[in-house]
Formats: sequence, structure tokens, C-alpha cells
Amino acid sequence: MGLISKHALIERNATLLLAGSLLVVTIGGIVEIAPLFYLDNTIEKVDGMRPYSPLELVGRNIYVREGCYLCHSQMIRPFRDEVERYGHYSLAAESMYDHPFQWGSKRTGPDLARVGDRYSNEWHTQHLTNPRSVVPESIMPSYGFLKDTPLDVKDFSTHLVANADVGVPYTPDMIANANADLKAQADPAADTTDLEKRYPKAKVGDFDANPAEVTEMDALVAYLQMLGTLVDFKTYDDAAGYR
Amino acid sequence: MKFGTEIVALSLFAFAAVVAAGFGVDAPFRQHMWVLFFVLAGFTAILLRNIDLKPAAPIDPSAYMDGPIRYGTIATVFWGVVGMLVGVVIALQLAYPDLNIQPRFNFGRLRPLHTSAVVFAFGGNALLCTSLYVVQRTCRARLFGGNLAWFVFWGYQLFIVMAATGYLLGITESREYAEPEWYVDIWLTIVWVAYLILFLGTILKRKEPHIYVANWFYLSFIVTIAMLHVVNNLSMPASFLGSKSYSAFSGVQDALTQWWYGHNAVGFFLTAGFLGMMYYFVPKQANRPVYSYRLSIIHFWALIFLYIWAGPHHLHYTALPDWAQTLGMAFSIMLWMPSWGGMINGLMTLSGAWDKIRTDPIIRMMVAAIAFYGMSTFEGPMMSIKTVNSLSHYTDWTIGHVHSGALGWVGLISFGAIYYMVPKLWNRERLYSLRLVTWHFWLATLGIVVYAAAMWVSGIMQGMMWREYDEQGFLVYSFAESVAAMHPYYLMRAIGGAMYLSGALIMAWNITMTILGRQRKEQPLPGSVSAYQPARSQTWA
Amino acid sequence: MSYDLMREFADSWGLLAMVLFFVGCIAFALRPRGRTWADQAARIPFKDD
Repeated sequence: MGLISKHALIERNATLLLAGSLLVVTIGGIVEIAPLFYLDNTIEKVDGMRPYSPLELVGRNIYVREGCYLCHSQMIRPFRDEVERYGHYSLAAESMYDHPFQWGSKRTGPDLARVGDRYSNEWHTQHLTNPRSVVPESIMPSYGFLKDTPLDVKDFSTHLVANADVGVPYTPDMIANANADLKAQADPAADTTDLEKRYPKAKVGDFDANPAEVTEMDALVAYLQMLGTLVDFKTYDDAAGYR
Repeated sequence: MKFGTEIVALSLFAFAAVVAAGFGVDAPFRQHMWVLFFVLAGFTAILLRNIDLKPAAPIDPSAYMDGPIRYGTIATVFWGVVGMLVGVVIALQLAYPDLNIQPRFNFGRLRPLHTSAVVFAFGGNALLCTSLYVVQRTCRARLFGGNLAWFVFWGYQLFIVMAATGYLLGITESREYAEPEWYVDIWLTIVWVAYLILFLGTILKRKEPHIYVANWFYLSFIVTIAMLHVVNNLSMPASFLGSKSYSAFSGVQDALTQWWYGHNAVGFFLTAGFLGMMYYFVPKQANRPVYSYRLSIIHFWALIFLYIWAGPHHLHYTALPDWAQTLGMAFSIMLWMPSWGGMINGLMTLSGAWDKIRTDPIIRMMVAAIAFYGMSTFEGPMMSIKTVNSLSHYTDWTIGHVHSGALGWVGLISFGAIYYMVPKLWNRERLYSLRLVTWHFWLATLGIVVYAAAMWVSGIMQGMMWREYDEQGFLVYSFAESVAAMHPYYLMRAIGGAMYLSGALIMAWNITMTILGRQRKEQPLPGSVSAYQPARSQTWA
Repeated sequence: MSYDLMREFADSWGLLAMVLFFVGCIAFALRPRGRTWADQAARIPFKDD
């Protein structure tokens, strides 16, 4: 009896240690993260946010794939110099459809939260192909291969479905037209009326000076050109959005 | 048939990899599955060549199981050199952008390779092998579960290879220090649960009534990393035969989940686990018990409770609500106290034997590690103050801070533990050369100083240049000018990193020769009586 | 759920719970019987190899 009860106690101690430390390390995360899903003022009410168009989403995936977030943030802080340099400070609402977020943690290069519409498509293509030909001080790697890589996507609607599964409001209409929209957005000859209805403010046309095919460069530039352009800040009330 | 089941399982998985390579929906996934196939097939071939039809020799259940620990030690040194080499390469890419080779060897793909290689391959293997070494010797029990330890070791190496090759192929979730995609994450979860069972099982069958405090730290590291890994990597794959998945959370929630993970990868992987190392190897090498065992208990509970809250300091002034930022800052500052409690406990273990810092290069390395730990755990809370962070965030200062902790604390304490373990694991009288340990120590320490100093200057300079106004109220510098100003510091950083790498190469040489059983003929170090005799009698006994 | 409700809880019961946890840790470590227990435990690494 004595030995058994002693052994049981020892076993319980190790298990207790495990349970105790697990309990202790759970508290902080629950208290900090869980309220973000429930507090109604976490994400500001804004007009204009919409899910990414298929081409923009492909471009975003290329942005992720190439590790752009390692040197470029997409999060403008509310300081005078940052607002002057990059534009209105970033709102939580602006990344509400971002799975995953791309706020970044380092600015080896400048912030890109509002890079959309700042430069021409030609500038972006040239800059991505040979960064130092347009910014001599740049230390960015070259991404010329994007221009030579046609989009390799079998069925992009599965990507929209996956996003819808985690909460992005893609409609059945958007999902059904995903593959057609993907091609049409970078095709100067395509009829894009429906596309622009589904994705207001989407930039259409050829992005990489190669109208013959849709390349990864088209997708990445389409993504960069829409960054920060969705919310209309003329109608946004800063005071109401304060948390 | 010693490896019957293993061979069957491996060939089945190799076959599955070929099928996935054939039917994969995206090119990187197909390439990744070919990598997996060749790794598994190679492994199967090695096992087939080693097949032995004689029944296996009986295992002595009272002896320690040191095989996986020996492999783990070698893997630690190997991955350490690889990870630091990639670090020097990407440091040079920032100084000389022409060194980028698109697409696979661009900075953006190599940087996660560097961080994962040093944190998870080098640090992870160091934790794996030291934890299994320590748990057996402080529980006086053989590892639990027979060949489970081998599964954990090789399973973890497979995770490393799949993660590393995935980055080069462009497979990433973009979650810093948690970049591998969903299928590699699932594999790591399996391996990690096996590791937890292995470690906990060994504690449960111990012959020692107490659970030594080092095991507390190791256990909390294993269980917390399991929790962080699972929650942070929740995602929805676009296809079960494709590499791409979409995070379960978005925007602000995703950001805090990631940095809750990211900061505690530092807190539990790079701190708690390595504190476990400190609480065993420093007393052993100094041959005296830890300064205050009761302080170590307070240290443990305070550290693990406070650390988990500190994540939001990575998101100061972002779109994260203010209350979460403030909470994160408050806990980060409080964290200073247990951190320094641990530092004092580690350093004071040498109280009464300070001369060993002069005479024993391994002790010197451990003491330097603890000193760097103290320095980074002061710098960290300071940088988490919002006003300081407004300057330091997004700059190289953060990079410098990380490296004084990673190179100084994690690196040096691991090197110390390896130098301690290797002669014991391979039954050697002593290391090949203690003088080479001294060389390693000075190269590493000076390398860290050069690295950290360069990053302090460049980081603060960047932050100041970005916010500099002239008297008319215009921004003085364009962003490109701030990039150009960084060049000399990026070069200095590469030099500091190269010094640290050369120290690691010296260690690799020293360890290899020790394993081969060589002893370098050399003058004993000044002041040392004999490296493996305590300088003083065991007054505590 | 509102921010104010959460804040009120954090400032009262949440704070109390944390103080109790902290005091509990110290008390556990410094309990009178703890000294011999701690001294024994601190010697564990030297019992072997």
C-alpha cells in the first residue's frame, strides 16, 4: 500500500506540473486574444472594403511567397512623419480580409500599405525587374523572373472557397467566376463590367506590358496597385474609429 | 528483422510522396513532394542495407539511452554551422544586393531559411539532445518508450529538411518563425507530441523523488510550444494536394495570434528551454549546486506566467487596440524581474569559485551567455516601452536585440553544454583542445559585440532619419537615402556574423576531433590545474 | 461585449487573482519545510555520472 500510494503521488506530481504550467501559460493568451474576436470596437466601421479579386489574391500569394513582408511593412503608425510619408495611418478594418495579415515587422524598404496608385504599372514592372535602374540606392533583389512566368493555376476557385471557409465574404457568384475573372482582369481585350461590379475599384488591363499572356508580374502589380485604395478617407470619421 | 516495420512504413510514405508529386495542383508542391520522396527513399535504402536477421541484443534497461543524444549533438553543430552560414550570406546580400540569385536564393526566401535553421534546427536540436541528456541523469531513469527517442530525432530532422527546402521553393505561410505550410506543420505536431510523451514518460518512471527544476523548464517549453504551434498554424488548405493554405484568422486577430506565438517562440523555445540547460550544465561544470533552488522555483512560475502576455509589444502603435498594447507593455516590463532573478541565480552559482572564469573556458562561455541573457532581458523590456518602441520598431535595432539574445545567450549556453557533454557521451578523457574553446569564445564574443554595435547605430540612425524634419517643416530624408546610409553598418554586421561563424567552425573541428578520440598536444591554459578537476573541494556536500 | 465591462473585471477580480497567484508562488517556494526539500533537490545533478 505504502509504495503504491507513494508512486501514485509522484506520478501525480509530474502530471500536476504539466497541467499547472499549461494552465499558467494559457491565461495570458486567452485574456489578450479572445476579446479581439468579441469586442465590437476592435474593427472600425468603414465603407469600401471588399475581398480581393482573384488576380489580386494570386498577386498577394506571390507577395507572400517571395517574402516581401520581411522587408516591407503594411502598417502605417499614427505619427506625423509616417502619415506624411505614406498616407493615412492604417486601420484594422483595412486588413479584415487578410488571411494571413501582412503588417510586417521591419522596414528595410518603405511601407507599402498605400502604395497603390502611387506609381505607374510600367514603373512597378521596371522596378521589380531591376530595382536599381529606378532607385539607385535600392538593395532590393530582382524579380524579373515573374515576367517570364505565366500563371500556373489549375482551379483558383478552390482558393476562394478556402478563404470563404475562414470568413471572407466571397459570394457563390464570385467563386463561380473565379477562373474567368482571373484571366479577364489582366486582359485588355476582355469585357470587365461584371468583374468591376463584383470587385469595385479593381484595376483592369495589362500590367506588365505583355498583353499576350497573364504572368505572375501581372498578378503582383495588380495587387500592389490596389493596396490602400479601397477605403475612402474623405468619409471616414477618425474620432468614431478611436479605440 | 530489426527494422521491419520501419522499412514498410517508410516505403509506404515514400510511395505516397510520389503519388502526391504526380497529382499536386501547384508546381512548388510537386517539387516539394519529390524532395520528400528522395529523403524517404534514401532513408529506406540505408535501413535495408543495415538489416540484420539475427535477433537484436538485449537492451540493459538500467543504462541510459545516449544514441539519439549523440546524433542530436552532431546535428546541433551541423545545423548551427549551416544556419549561421546562411545568416552571413543574407547579411552580405543586404550590403551587396547583386548577391541575390533569383528566384530561389533571393533574400526573401533565404531569410526564413536562416531564422528557422538557427532557431529550430540548431536551437531545437540543442534543446532536444540536452533535454534527453538531463532528464535521464536527473531522474536516474532510461528514456521512456524504447525507440520513441529515435522517432523524435529523425522525425524532427525530416521537419527541418522539409521546412528548409520549402522556403527555397517558395512555400511559406509568411508567419515569422512559423513559416512552414500546413502539411509540414501537421508533421511537426506529431513529432512534438511524441517528444512530450517521451519526456513526460521518462519523468514519470524516475527513481528520484524530486523533479529537478531543469526538467520543469524543459517540460513547460515542450508543452507551451505545442500549444503555440497548434493555435498559430490553424489554417485552411486550398487543396489537399497543394501547398497553399489560408490562415484561420485575419488582420488584427491574426497579427496578435502570430506575435503571441512569435514572442513566445522567444520566451519558451529560446528562453525557458535554454534556462533548463543553464540549471543543469552550469552547476555541473562549476561542480556546485545552483545558488538558490527556491529562487529557481519563483523564477519558473513568474517567468512562464509573465512571458505569454508580452506578445503585443510587437504591435505598438499599429491597428491593434490600445488596451492590448498597454497590457503587453506592462507585462513586458514586469518580465524584467524574473529574467534578472534567473540571471542572478545562474551567475551566483559560481559564487566562491569565481576563479573558474579565468581558468575554465567552458565556464567562461556559460557566464558570458548568462551575462548576455541579462543584457537582452534588460534591453527587451526597455524596447517594449511605447515611446522607445516608436523609434526602434521597424528598424535594425530590433535585429540587433534579437541577435544579442540569440548569439549571446542561446548560442553560448548551447556551445557550453556541447563542450560539457561531448567528452562524456563519447567516453573521452577530455576535449581535443581547450585552447580552441578559448579561441571560439573570443571570436564569438567579439563577433556579437561588433554585430550588436553595428545594429544599434544603424537602427537608431534609421529611426532618426525617418522622422527628421527641417526648420520649414519638411521631411529631410527620402527613404532611399536612409537605405544608402545603412551600407557601412550592414557590412560591419556581416563581419561580426562571420567572426561568430568562424568560432562555430572551430567548435565543429574541436568536436569532430574529440569524437574521433584525438587529443591535441598543447600547453595547459594558464592558471588551470586540470580542466576536469574541480578547483575547490565540494564544500556543499 | 464591451470594453468597459472587461476593464472593470481586469481592475478588480483579475488584479486580485494575479496578486494571489504571485503571493502563492512565493509562499510555496519559501514555505518552512521547503529548505531541506530545496537543498536535496539542488543536489540531484550530482547524484549521477
